[in-house]
Amino acid sequence: MEILSYDVLRIIWWILLGVLFIGFSILDGFDLGVAASQPFIGKTDNERRIIMNTVGPIWEGNQSWIILAVGATLAAWPNLYATAFSGLYFIVILALLGFILRPVSFKYRSKKPEAKWRRNWDFIFSLSGVFPIFFFGLIVGNIIQGIPFYLDENLKSYYTGSFIGMFNPFALLCAFLGLFLFVAHGCNYLTIRVADTPLRKRATSYGRVCYLIAIVLFCIAGFWVYFSKMGYMITSVIPANQPSNPLTKTVELAGQYGWLTNYIKYPAMMIVPIVGFLGMIIGMIFIGSKRPTITFIISSLALVGVIGTFGLGLFPFVLPSSTDMASSLTVWDATSSHMTLFLMLIVVIIFLPIILFYTSWVYYIVRGVITEKTLEDTDNIAY
Amino acid sequence: MENDALIILSRLQFAITALYHFIFVPLTLGLSVIIAIMETVYVMTGRLIWRDMVKFWGILFGINFAMGVATGITMEFQFGTNWAYYSHYVGDIFGIPLAIEGMMAFFLEATFVGVFFFGWNRISPVMHCISTWILALGTNLSAFWILVANGWMQHPVGSYFNYDTMRMELSSFFDILFNPVAQAKFVHTVSAGYVVGSMFVLSLSCYYLLRGRCKDFAKRSIVVASAFGLASALSVVVLGDESGYLEGEVQKVKLASIEAMWETEKPPASFTLFGFPDMETKTTKYKIEIPYVLGLIATRSLDTPVMGLKDLVEKHKDNIAQGIRAYNALTILKTDKTNASARAEFEEYGKNLGYGLLLKHFVDDPNNATPEIIEQAAWYTIPHHIWLIFWSFRVMVACGFYFILLFALMFWNASKRNFDKKWLLKLGMLSLPLPWVAAEAGWVVAEYGRQPWVIEGFLPTSFATSDLSTSQVAITLAGFILLYSSLLVVELYLMRKYIRKGPEHALASLAGPNEITDKPFVQTIKNNEE
Repeated sequence: MEILSYDVLRIIWWILLGVLFIGFSILDGFDLGVAASQPFIGKTDNERRIIMNTVGPIWEGNQSWIILAVGATLAAWPNLYATAFSGLYFIVILALLGFILRPVSFKYRSKKPEAKWRRNWDFIFSLSGVFPIFFFGLIVGNIIQGIPFYLDENLKSYYTGSFIGMFNPFALLCAFLGLFLFVAHGCNYLTIRVADTPLRKRATSYGRVCYLIAIVLFCIAGFWVYFSKMGYMITSVIPANQPSNPLTKTVELAGQYGWLTNYIKYPAMMIVPIVGFLGMIIGMIFIGSKRPTITFIISSLALVGVIGTFGLGLFPFVLPSSTDMASSLTVWDATSSHMTLFLMLIVVIIFLPIILFYTSWVYYIVRGVITEKTLEDTDNIAY
Repeated sequence: MENDALIILSRLQFAITALYHFIFVPLTLGLSVIIAIMETVYVMTGRLIWRDMVKFWGILFGINFAMGVATGITMEFQFGTNWAYYSHYVGDIFGIPLAIEGMMAFFLEATFVGVFFFGWNRISPVMHCISTWILALGTNLSAFWILVANGWMQHPVGSYFNYDTMRMELSSFFDILFNPVAQAKFVHTVSAGYVVGSMFVLSLSCYYLLRGRCKDFAKRSIVVASAFGLASALSVVVLGDESGYLEGEVQKVKLASIEAMWETEKPPASFTLFGFPDMETKTTKYKIEIPYVLGLIATRSLDTPVMGLKDLVEKHKDNIAQGIRAYNALTILKTDKTNASARAEFEEYGKNLGYGLLLKHFVDDPNNATPEIIEQAAWYTIPHHIWLIFWSFRVMVACGFYFILLFALMFWNASKRNFDKKWLLKLGMLSLPLPWVAAEAGWVVAEYGRQPWVIEGFLPTSFATSDLSTSQVAITLAGFILLYSSLLVVELYLMRKYIRKGPEHALASLAGPNEITDKPFVQTIKNNEE
């Protein structure tokens, strides 16, 4: 455990937090996007079943990324988990509602032939995709502005904002950015898995429009952050190797450049938002091309860029407080103990490659295009 | 002083969502293993009827699995949304098994469930069979890590309170991993899941036999289910005994509550078979006792006493006195971390800090606690409704012994190829709900029996909630009840639909809009029937 000092481990776990949530966004992101857009892109019952079955064998494994990310947050960032989830109570519950409805709508939707039954489940299925993306986007939008909370002397957190306050314009902007980007990513995935039919053309045009909107929203968000000067900075000595107690530092508004301060200090970091921006542009242009897998990989890079832009801009903050700034949670004071971080790192080093290995194997064996003909084969299709 | 309504609603929400989740989990645990056994037979013999069995029980497994996943994710979010102070206080330790569960077990289970349903023609039968075993392994590992987490709540080893960070932190991962309570709980709970799965297959097969449908299919299913069920039921009871022994060691209050034992008895203590615990008079009325048995179960000796509730309450008064000293030392340490005398005081009494926090339920400043309040707080350290634990335990144990009997009878008859005893088939069919009753009762004993603690002896439940308003939790509680009930109705409806269809029809009309009746595997069932 002494091999890695506490501050290095904290940085590693900050990166891993990013890796897990980006992993979730790339892999669960496309099937959430596919779910959200299923009733719009699929016009007939068969088309809708094709859409569901393109993600049928893999969505459950993909959803494990959120279980993993949330579980790792509890283990490595207990204060962050506790403060964010209890403070943004209803928002988190609404995102959770999506995750509750998704497994059942997958499994139950095609269990009866009646059109009405299936239409109702399609509606629920779509909501189950929209809710997690939209409300996670809303959470991110609120975090960027700072959340109104404070910690008492026992380090119990108290949220002092309102429910309606979470639906402020900037947070809504982030929520819609997330929604359009994930749906575009999902459409991109569909173009890999469906044959050259009207369905694929529809996925292409829907995806293109969604990329375009996402690009515009991303740019607006950037200018908004710049002109509103939102952002915070630590003004006391940075407690990088001290026990995790957020109340030992002082924090103030970041001043002239807000959250863009990091980018101005280290211009090389600009590569991340540029990757996000270019990724979306390339995605928009090349979606529906003859090489859909490459477009999909670029679309995944766009997600890395967009989410990375947010993470890097906030560093070292992970959950700034807008009302009691000293209570803000940062990389240096909101992690678990040195021993727990080290132990969890070992666990990740062992299991993450294993997970990636069998996930790739499963993706490989279920590869291929889903057509109306595939639907007739009940040995390979379950939804 | 906390908001009592908030605490009650938060507890209700957790209890309801957890009990609900635990309807589906044991069936997933048991059925995954049974299906894997059936598929192994298919791969080894090459007989298609075994493949049909895998597929049909697999459909029902899938309907159930979806609900298990849907309700499970709630649990992982809920520690943060509703038990934020708990998450802060013990996340450093409790988060570890939960995160490992995600990485090592749930991921495996969720990925390979896709292979199970979608991989039939894409990989070889042997690979598919291996995948099914990996799925079963994933569900069982998942149970293991969750019970390591739960076992730590019952018996918090390998950790200490750090006043720099105001929370408990890890000191030994191996103590947590090899926590004896966790080990016993794991085998007990997993075996209970196997019993649920076996009973599910057994009861439905009895139903088909009574209707004269799919006889070969049902008979083979009964053979597997009764053999597996018998072994599991025996394991549940034996490991339940191990849990009892451990409770005698580490959770004395829970054991005394299970027995509604108010006074410490002269060893070896007798086991109360039946009675009516009365909280008012602190006695148990109309007792029927079996001499010696409790002493043997709880202490494995004839001369060690089993402590009664009244003596435990007396003992807790000392803990409370020490808890006040720990609380005072901590108050100084919050502002002056270097104060040597406060540090020494906290070293000495810190382990009873939880009892100091418990007093905060009655007074704002524990130093103002009068002897009456301490008396009240000491009685608060035992669960309020002893009868609930007492009766839940008896229901669970009675079911356990009944399962051994039923599975043994079934297995005996099945091994003689006698499937004609109508009364036995009816008994098997009607016993379907009992394993769930036993499992939920067991959960009540384990979790309600730990109250008023969320971390036994360290963190009172009343101290662990989030800062939410009562109405916020009331809204989500109502929402969960409404949503879960609707989903349960749909789930039961689909289960019933597919059970009624039976293997001969269900396999053909899985997802397609039209009935396809001439699939080869359906043919095999019909041929076998003839």
